Amino acid sequence: MMTIHEALQVLAAERSQRVVITTMAATGIWPKLSDTGLDFAYIPSAMGHGPGLALGLALAHPQRGVILVNGDGSMLMNLGALVTLANHPANVYLVILDNGLYEVTGGQPLVGAGRTDYALIARGAGIERVYTFTDLNQWQSGAREALSGPGPVVIWLKIEGRLGEKTPKPPRPMAEQLARLQAALAQPLV
Amino acid sequence: MLDGPSVVAALRSCGVTHVLWIPDSELGQWESALSSCPELQLIRVCREGEAIVIAAGLMIGGKRPVVMMQCTGFFEAGDALRNVVHDLKLPLFLVLGMRSWKLRDRTFDSCPRFAEPILRAWQLDYTWLGEDDLASAYRRAREAGRAAAVLLPEGSP
Repeated sequence: MMTIHEALQVLAAERSQRVVITTMAATGIWPKLSDTGLDFAYIPSAMGHGPGLALGLALAHPQRGVILVNGDGSMLMNLGALVTLANHPANVYLVILDNGLYEVTGGQPLVGAGRTDYALIARGAGIERVYTFTDLNQWQSGAREALSGPGPVVIWLKIEGRLGEKTPKPPRPMAEQLARLQAALAQPLV
Repeated sequence: MLDGPSVVAALRSCGVTHVLWIPDSELGQWESALSSCPELQLIRVCREGEAIVIAAGLMIGGKRPVVMMQCTGFFEAGDALRNVVHDLKLPLFLVLGMRSWKLRDRTFDSCPRFAEPILRAWQLDYTWLGEDDLASAYRRAREAGRAAAVLLPEGSP
């Protein structure tokens, strides 16, 4: 098991020049790790629809690659997205933070917590590159491989749940976030 | 009835790059034309809200998508529409099949009763195909930088 901070620190070190979209609990932590134009806090969001936003961006910018940090609760709201990702190949790296909780609403248990096998679901949806990391050492060792090469990739991370967390606030207004992201996407990859 | 080649011609004339859809029995007749057009990428999705948010990502990335679905899927996709149109303020363009509209004075189907009130509730501009044409509606919405829908009147489910 690892904390959400530890999980995201590894991701920040290995994300390269990819866009990183964060949702829910991760939006409150990520700006402390990275706050460039390529970092997009999807808040306010359409519930469970981070994978769609990532896929659209990845289709529009096929060389860039888009990492989506999704919660397990968000993932369950839209499991069909895994089928869509599998059938429209693009460089999407879907990180599922599995803490078994609705953390941003105070820590209520998730349906299927501890029983749902996201790797099996992803493979069943047709995604070939699926990684599971249950502790920090594994994630540190495997992150670079998981986040390189072609997408779609699903990365399932088991993390510790936190209770009593408040709903995160966006780092800046949405219009400003979008303008920063579009300006960053206009820059060539180096 | 608008046919597939006419739809593709209209979309091509507007520079549309992607069509995201879940077809119904009338929109579905455009499948062959849409899927065989090399200038359009047809994206099949599992749920209508997903189509809207993929379109958002494409628009942020500089592409010109159009989303097609039946009104029933539009009802389902409300949260995605709210977010993309009113939070992200992106000029989403939709083609909506309005199930049972042609039979609205004699159908058991509740779709015609709720379709327009729901469009108004989401503050989405719309026109009807037949009174308007697809390419003109798209160009007007794009020039205005506003989200909009064109509605296709349909028969029974």
